[in-house]
Amino acid sequence: MSNLTEEFPSISSNDLKQYLREMLFIRRFEEQCNIAYRAGLAGGYMHTYIGMEALASGWINSIRKGYDYVITAYRDHAHALLLGTDAVAVMAEIIGRKGGTAGGKGGSMHIYDPENGFYGGWGIVGGHVPLGAGLAYAARYRNEDRVVLNFMGDGAANQGVVYETLNMASLYDLPCIFIVENNEFAMGTRLEYHAADPELWKRGQPYNMKCERVDGMDVIQMRKDAQRIIDWVRENQKPYWVEVMTYRYAGHGAADNDRQLYRTKEEEEVAWARDPIARLRKYLIENNIMSEEAIEAVEAETEAEALAVLEKAKESPFPDTDEVYDNIYTDMTPEKGH
Amino acid sequence: MPNMIELSYREALQKGIVEEMERDQNVFLMGEDIGRYQGTFKVTRGLVEKFGQRDNRYNLRILDTPITEAGFAGIATGAAMAGLRPIVEFMTMSFSILALDQIINHTAKIHYMTNGVVKCPIVFRGPGGAAKQLSAQHSHSMEGWYAHVPGLKVLAPSTPADVYGMMKSAVRDDNPVILYENPGLYAIKGMVPEDDAAFTVPIGKAAILREGKDISLVGYSRMTQINLEVAELLAKDGIDAEVVDVRSLLPLDTETIYASVKKTHRAVVVYEDWRSGGFGAEIAARIGEDCFDDLDAPVLRVGGLNVPMPYARNLELQCIPDADDVLAAVRKAF
Repeated sequence: MSNLTEEFPSISSNDLKQYLREMLFIRRFEEQCNIAYRAGLAGGYMHTYIGMEALASGWINSIRKGYDYVITAYRDHAHALLLGTDAVAVMAEIIGRKGGTAGGKGGSMHIYDPENGFYGGWGIVGGHVPLGAGLAYAARYRNEDRVVLNFMGDGAANQGVVYETLNMASLYDLPCIFIVENNEFAMGTRLEYHAADPELWKRGQPYNMKCERVDGMDVIQMRKDAQRIIDWVRENQKPYWVEVMTYRYAGHGAADNDRQLYRTKEEEEVAWARDPIARLRKYLIENNIMSEEAIEAVEAETEAEALAVLEKAKESPFPDTDEVYDNIYTDMTPEKGH
Repeated sequence: MPNMIELSYREALQKGIVEEMERDQNVFLMGEDIGRYQGTFKVTRGLVEKFGQRDNRYNLRILDTPITEAGFAGIATGAAMAGLRPIVEFMTMSFSILALDQIINHTAKIHYMTNGVVKCPIVFRGPGGAAKQLSAQHSHSMEGWYAHVPGLKVLAPSTPADVYGMMKSAVRDDNPVILYENPGLYAIKGMVPEDDAAFTVPIGKAAILREGKDISLVGYSRMTQINLEVAELLAKDGIDAEVVDVRSLLPLDTETIYASVKKTHRAVVVYEDWRSGGFGAEIAARIGEDCFDDLDAPVLRVGGLNVPMPYARNLELQCIPDADDVLAAVRKAF
């Protein structure tokens, strides 16, 4: 297999085919989530990754899967899928079933799979960021060479606890990569209305930390930048702050049904021109790596797979009512009854 | 019988920490000024020299943290998720208010939200309640706030032997545990097993510190010491009081509390926290619900005055329940 890039890291055409398949599957999976939500199968808050697929794909395909730790906020389906979590279990969790990753107790925002290195799945904006640094603390304490991918949104980049964490991560040399998924909106508030300085990449600088801004809409470039940064952190045992530019085509969550409150249709059309999947598709055809027909076949397959995942997840029963007290503690239950 | 040694509450607590750190390499300590400064209440005196190097920029086993409670509570929680067993000191429990989002929204819920996949073995400990003239922002009793939260365990030992044994049990527990220490207890002395590394005090068991047949004085932490004093005063008046030391708020040993009430038919619940909505109200409500037919008088509560803690010594003393306040309640019960 010839390498497409001479510089590090080498990315083979098979790798690119894999990225396309994964990104397509994530998008189709998220669309099925929306269908499930509209059908009343999923409830609560549900946030899809549509438009941001190249970002998580580039990073997670650059780590040692199952060894390195990954943690993120509530827009968490893609990270789990890329790490190898069973898609049916993820979907079953999203629709609150016994066969879900957390037995139906977590829901869309709380997907976990520590066996594959995934530590959630958290609902308080910025709240999980110190937990990610704590995972890095454990790695450092045990003299392992794991790194942590600590994802957050641009909204989280204003939270106080994030800066407490940056200070300590730098002070204690923690191998933690803070990745701001800058999709330009904190829920319905545009970046320039929530950030005094919208150049979020600068925000690690006061903590004596390497910082940069990279593009998250081109999976090839994302993959290269991610590998370079991950290798540096593993080698140097220091934290890193990265702002990744991306765009959220969907609303904030499934309940966000009027995007015109905070952006125009014209703006969305311009953003769609940067669609990371269309971009990779075009690259593969132009470079004769895949034919149009071959790509269409993958599109049809991933669509069918995502559909099958939802159907399979629906077969899982609801949790038993007597499970409600299970796993609050490892060794006891709280006082029972109303 | 193991050899016994007289230690202060502070020394007994440190003995428990040191033994667990020596037993298990995964146990480490973090908090503000616990290392080079030796701890604000000196619970960690000498530990940076014992487990690290004073001159190191940082010591991973005795970690001096910046004054950022939410951040270090979260880092400790993440480390526990990955298998370490942190002991986190809050300089005072009042400062743990800054970390409530981490402790309540993250630490306490991890095990449930992962349906049992991730464990979070961690101890948050520190002085709570009034010390001496620390006024409104440094005198909070936080134990009732934490005992409200499913997923946490909350301990409030009143004697050196109990704080020693409960500290050890807390570290060995696979769940997050809050160990609440009243600063008024650090200097009290008591007998502690000297060289019995296997000694622990179980979580979830109350203790009868004085047997009696006329009234149950139910309390925890420093209020148990007040209750012991009151029981001696009552004995002079011919009232035989039983002192129930709750020790563990969550889980709560209602069996021992109810057995005492069924014997004495009267109960006064004593707690330093604000009287309204404090944990003593929960204990009183449960006795009222479950022991109604055994009671010869209403369950009475003695709690702290419902005011922010004032600075002036006379006003501060007025706020904290003392023996006279408990005696007055006992008189109402007869």
